[in-house]
Amino acid sequence: MTRFSFWELARKAVNAHQDWGHQWRKPDPKPEYDVIIIGAGGHGLATAYYLAKEHGVTNVAVLEKGWLGGGNTGRNTTIVRSNYLWEESEGLYDQAMDLWQDLSQELNYNIMYSARGVMMLAHTVHDVQVFKRHVHANRLAGVQNEWLTPEEAKAYCPPLNIGKNIRYPVMGAALQRKAGVARHDAVAWGYARGADQYGVDIIQNCAVTGIRRAADGSVSGVETSRGFIGAKKVGVVAAGHTSVVMDMAGVRMPLESNPLQALVSEPVKPCFPCVVMSNTVHAYLSQSDKGELVIGAGTDQYVSYSQTGGLQITTHTVDAICELFPMFRRMRMLRNWGGIVDVTPDRSPIIGKTPVPGLFVNCGWGTGGFKATPGSGHVFAHTIARDEPHRINAPFTLDRFRTGRLIDEAAAAAVAH
Amino acid sequence: MLLIHCPWCGIERPEIEFRCGGEAHIDRPGQPGDLDDRQWADFLYMRSNPKGLLAERWRHVHGCGRFFNAVRHTVSDSFVCVYKTGEPCPDLEALAREGAQ
Repeated sequence: MTRFSFWELARKAVNAHQDWGHQWRKPDPKPEYDVIIIGAGGHGLATAYYLAKEHGVTNVAVLEKGWLGGGNTGRNTTIVRSNYLWEESEGLYDQAMDLWQDLSQELNYNIMYSARGVMMLAHTVHDVQVFKRHVHANRLAGVQNEWLTPEEAKAYCPPLNIGKNIRYPVMGAALQRKAGVARHDAVAWGYARGADQYGVDIIQNCAVTGIRRAADGSVSGVETSRGFIGAKKVGVVAAGHTSVVMDMAGVRMPLESNPLQALVSEPVKPCFPCVVMSNTVHAYLSQSDKGELVIGAGTDQYVSYSQTGGLQITTHTVDAICELFPMFRRMRMLRNWGGIVDVTPDRSPIIGKTPVPGLFVNCGWGTGGFKATPGSGHVFAHTIARDEPHRINAPFTLDRFRTGRLIDEAAAAAVAH
Repeated sequence: MLLIHCPWCGIERPEIEFRCGGEAHIDRPGQPGDLDDRQWADFLYMRSNPKGLLAERWRHVHGCGRFFNAVRHTVSDSFVCVYKTGEPCPDLEALAREGAQ
């Protein structure tokens, strides 16, 4: 595998960049693996990468129904932040934040991580109280987050309208400076390339159709569109389709799958310096390196696997953006789409073991899984390799819905549910 | 946006007049004291979340204000039928077979 470097770039330039070669193999499935990961999105590929790198488990297959990174990994709004409220979440998301810092160097693949700051706007007295509570909780936990007055928010993001004459005037903002954005596709590609280098087989266009269990109830492998593949350990990282896959093993999940929409504008010159989110009027946006505004809209209210959604949802978001950023009022939107997000009752993920021996699940990331990709893969790999959860994901069990130890992050999510 | 037929009003109206009430036919336990933690978790949190036909509750909040049930396909989002609260759940497998033909 070619290692990317300035020297390599110069050497390939001599040959007009014709011989870069493929970044990962297209292997046929072997009859049996030590571990099978279902789903080659960012989380699944990261899990495979850390299984191989940190735990020496290299006889791993990642099975993907479509193409790698083609689900929610390629559909999100690329935002990375860790200003969550509860200690459990702070541990989970801040570990991911630490991994993001030098992930490009680690993977030798430019994931275009840009710590441009994420600013969350407060529009009501309630917002102000909630965000200040977050700022204080984060500060006590050592997570960066600070409070800004409307004027300071305007200084940080000049296009922001802090006038008093709009429907929901800006009353302040919470800013996490080291948060930002990363190129979502590159994260999947970087992990795929990294995992492939350790010998992990990434098998695309291979849909899982069943989970086979041995006489003692434990997992013995998976039925796929390319035949049976054996494995004693199977990790399900299927995002919106988790309920469908887990149903194959007879496990009911506390999940509902909803479309979450996003849209991009026509590309313009750099004009928007950071990420701005507003839960109350429901808008969040950033500008990509290509110049498009990347805009996140809301979830539809009903269960759906349609990867599209109601136009009233995007209209609502664009209304809010036009009021907060009047300079975008004449901007054209290029396209919109939906991703299917699996939402848990407490809006926190489920990462751990299941009632079926050998079957592991990493799901329920809802509307905000991208930011946790490296941390999620890291702790899930630990859980699969050691057969017990990492300290960080230990609270995020499936069993918490029985014991009642919920991690109620509903108020911390960027998207109003 | 979905167009939804309200069986009480007898008319089809846009989705913004309605609230989705989630999966239908999850009955509240008759003897709550007899349930253990796992049964409570099943009642409160576990959902079938199918990729296919789903019976779900809707409420015509900006119309008659009443609840009703509907069977909808979760991939095409098209409604198969609507029926009033209290009526039994249609045979989803039979409806799926009809739909396939």
